[in-house]
Amino acid sequence: MSLYTPSSPHFHANNSVTQIMLKVVYALIPGILLYVLFFGFGIVMNLLIAVVTALTCEALILKLRKRPIIPFLTDGSALVTAVLLALSVPSIAPWWIIFIGTAFAIIIAKHLYGGLGYNPFNPAMVAYAMLLISFPLQMTTWPLPLSNSNDYLGLVDSFVISFFDTASAGFAIDAISGATPLDYLKSQLGLEQSVSQIMQSSANFGLLGGSGFEWVNIAFLAGGIWLMKKKIISWHIPVATISSLIILAFIFYIYNSEQYASPFFHLFTGATILCAFFIATDPVSAATTPRGKIFYGVGIGILIFVIRNWGGYPDAVAFAVLIMNMCAPTIDYYTKPKPYGHR
Amino acid sequence: MIKNLFKFPGGVHVSQFKDLSIHEKVEPAKLPSKLVLPLHQHIGAAAEPCVEIGELVLKGQKIASANGYVSAPIHAPTSGTIEDIGDYPIAHPSGMSAPCIVIKPDGDDKWIELESHASDYSSIDPSHLRNIIRRAGIVGLGGAGFPTYIKHNPGPDGSVDTLIINGSECEPYITCDDSLMRDRPDEIVCGIRIIKHALNAKHVVVAIEDNKPEAFQAIKKALADFDDESIEAVQIPTIYPAGSEKQLIYTVTGKEVPQNSLPINISIVCQNIGTTAAVYRAINHGEPLISRYVTVTGDIHQPKNLEVLFGTPINELVDQCGGVKGSVRRLIIGGPMMGFAMHQLNLPVIKTTNCVLIDAKESKAFKTRDFAMPCIRCGSCAEACPAGLIPQQLYWYSKSQEFDKAQDYNLYDCIECGCCDYVCPSKIPLVQYYRFAKAEIWKRELEMQKSNTARQRHEFHQFRVEREKAEKAEKHRQKKAALQAKENANKDDIKTGKEADPKKAAILAAMERAKAKKAEPKNTDNLTEAQKKLIAEIDAKRAKQRNAASQAKPTNEDSKDSNNS
Repeated sequence: MSLYTPSSPHFHANNSVTQIMLKVVYALIPGILLYVLFFGFGIVMNLLIAVVTALTCEALILKLRKRPIIPFLTDGSALVTAVLLALSVPSIAPWWIIFIGTAFAIIIAKHLYGGLGYNPFNPAMVAYAMLLISFPLQMTTWPLPLSNSNDYLGLVDSFVISFFDTASAGFAIDAISGATPLDYLKSQLGLEQSVSQIMQSSANFGLLGGSGFEWVNIAFLAGGIWLMKKKIISWHIPVATISSLIILAFIFYIYNSEQYASPFFHLFTGATILCAFFIATDPVSAATTPRGKIFYGVGIGILIFVIRNWGGYPDAVAFAVLIMNMCAPTIDYYTKPKPYGHR
Repeated sequence: MIKNLFKFPGGVHVSQFKDLSIHEKVEPAKLPSKLVLPLHQHIGAAAEPCVEIGELVLKGQKIASANGYVSAPIHAPTSGTIEDIGDYPIAHPSGMSAPCIVIKPDGDDKWIELESHASDYSSIDPSHLRNIIRRAGIVGLGGAGFPTYIKHNPGPDGSVDTLIINGSECEPYITCDDSLMRDRPDEIVCGIRIIKHALNAKHVVVAIEDNKPEAFQAIKKALADFDDESIEAVQIPTIYPAGSEKQLIYTVTGKEVPQNSLPINISIVCQNIGTTAAVYRAINHGEPLISRYVTVTGDIHQPKNLEVLFGTPINELVDQCGGVKGSVRRLIIGGPMMGFAMHQLNLPVIKTTNCVLIDAKESKAFKTRDFAMPCIRCGSCAEACPAGLIPQQLYWYSKSQEFDKAQDYNLYDCIECGCCDYVCPSKIPLVQYYRFAKAEIWKRELEMQKSNTARQRHEFHQFRVEREKAEKAEKHRQKKAALQAKENANKDDIKTGKEADPKKAAILAAMERAKAKKAEPKNTDNLTEAQKKLIAEIDAKRAKQRNAASQAKPTNEDSKDSNNS
């Protein structure tokens, strides 16, 4: 009788892909709760539709690709993609926006490139870019924060808005939606207004960034720091992304504060925090060497600032991440650490 | 003095499980009914048997001699009879058999007469010390088994900067060095001083992981007796693989051993704790290396350290320690991070066997390898790699068999410590891939060498054939040219040249040759008168015989004919 003779090591840490992915989802929960508090249950509808679509598509395509379904379905990667996309899409968007986006993310952006571990681009961001280009109206109709809108969207309201339309739920679309702070700032700057004038003219602006969103973002920040502490993500990408964006914003703010928004505004509006801690840190599509992660993060920070200020879209996270995804293999190649004994 | 330590990159904190075996008192392993001593227990050439079957040997008697420079002799661990010299299963992951000497102990355990060299080693010349160590068959007891005397050569400078004594024992479960340090600190310190003398080392650092405070205190106390400030014991942080030679050198000195180089090139030598004690036994007592401390641990009833004679079968050690808790799933020789899983339990302990680790099917500490998920490029492996490599890229290129790229990413700097594999969330057997790639590259290089040799041979053969052909053609051409030149000279009027019949030319050439032969001087020329007379007489005799024979012949033929008719 021969004994079991696997190759060493015979010991393994008690971790798994599933645990990593689930921790990413846990870290998003505080932000999601605040989202519900400030903007109603629309985001819950988004999340439900996205998760169901993602898992269904994942299972179907795994079957088509003749891959083992259970280990891949439970790895949590489709769940993370679904949650990130749901958070990126306006919470009052119709159901088919999320359905199409999620299916596109899982089937096209993930599995057609080889599935888990092989996709060169962040699936959620590929889907977001596709949706933004294909359905610009639905993708830029964001809910107003609770304080500025007269009505709170409950679960039923959100269901009706999602599957029918706003009118059926008894709301005037203008009453509950509006441009995001970034969008508003951009369009008003185009009308030769100064930043301070714009900020005062709309109740959508809060202390740090967009009213309501700033708190959601602070919760995401807390979740991100928890992820770093749990060593699910390293500090490199978030710190590089945020600091490059802040430094650039600060330079321009000092140069002309009437034309350029403050660094705080850039940090706490839009998807900056979500990007720095949750989207850019997707290991599959990001740079992986420590130095490479810094270049990658700095690239994203710069691109966010450039596209926000001079590009055609109000927010820039998806494009910044996708462009840097393209650069990741090259960055990795040129930032190889020096092995022991090569110094 | 060591002021500060350095932190090598990466490494992992692994559950230790050292408590299992450290608290029990070390006891000698029971004498087995048979000792099987493999001839290859070290790095280098296998030893050559110098005894015969049936011969009686005494404890400590040399039974196999070192074969060449990088080799080590083997001694009888006890007195008895040589029962066999032949192939037996050895502790090799492939499950193969190899030449061994089998001793049937007589139970007397009678030592050969030992030659105690000196209680004062400092009066012995370093080269003589190295010879004693060589003759005692001492090899590195940390696991690699490199012949110790070679390491004790201080090199061209005649001295080394730092001698590091490796007491870190960073693998989980293993406690044999820890036990040795607790039990015999004086012998260890003595051994250290001998090695220091042999190497003419300026500083000695005894590095012990800080999870072994008792051992550290014992060594410190033993050192204090000597009041030698150039030898110091330091506690290093417990992190795997702190005891790996290259990482230990970095921890203690902050220096890196350059690629494709040895520690001695940066004036550093590392020695294992067990080796120092063996050196002491060899110099002060004249004892060759015949036993060692072995940790017997894992899923067994009484895990402990045993002092084991080489050649003792592992299953008897396990029995002595109370047997397996449940049924054996795997036997690991070495630790759980770098140890090798063996096919069976009936294998002999050799000089490099530091730990026998049993994993039972009922165990929770060990797991079997599950389904491996794809790499998600999380980079945990690169963070854990103590060699500063990018394991995920090495894996990628090893898997796709792009071996040149794997080498580009410094595959050969991988020390196979298993840190990357340990932390991998996808449970990919990374080290297995690296071993595969390394073996495949070696194989290909060997094949390339072979095919190169074959090609060179073939090319030379072709060249020789061509050359012979050319030489023949050239000879032919020259002959022809010479012939034509002659013909032209002799027969100016006849138009010969290229149109000449080759047959005629050949006949002509033959005639020429015959003529030339005729013209040559013979050995019958210039003879004396007496010789000529003798020749004439012989010729006459021969002619007479020929005539007689020709006359007799027809009659014979006639009779033949008549018989036939």
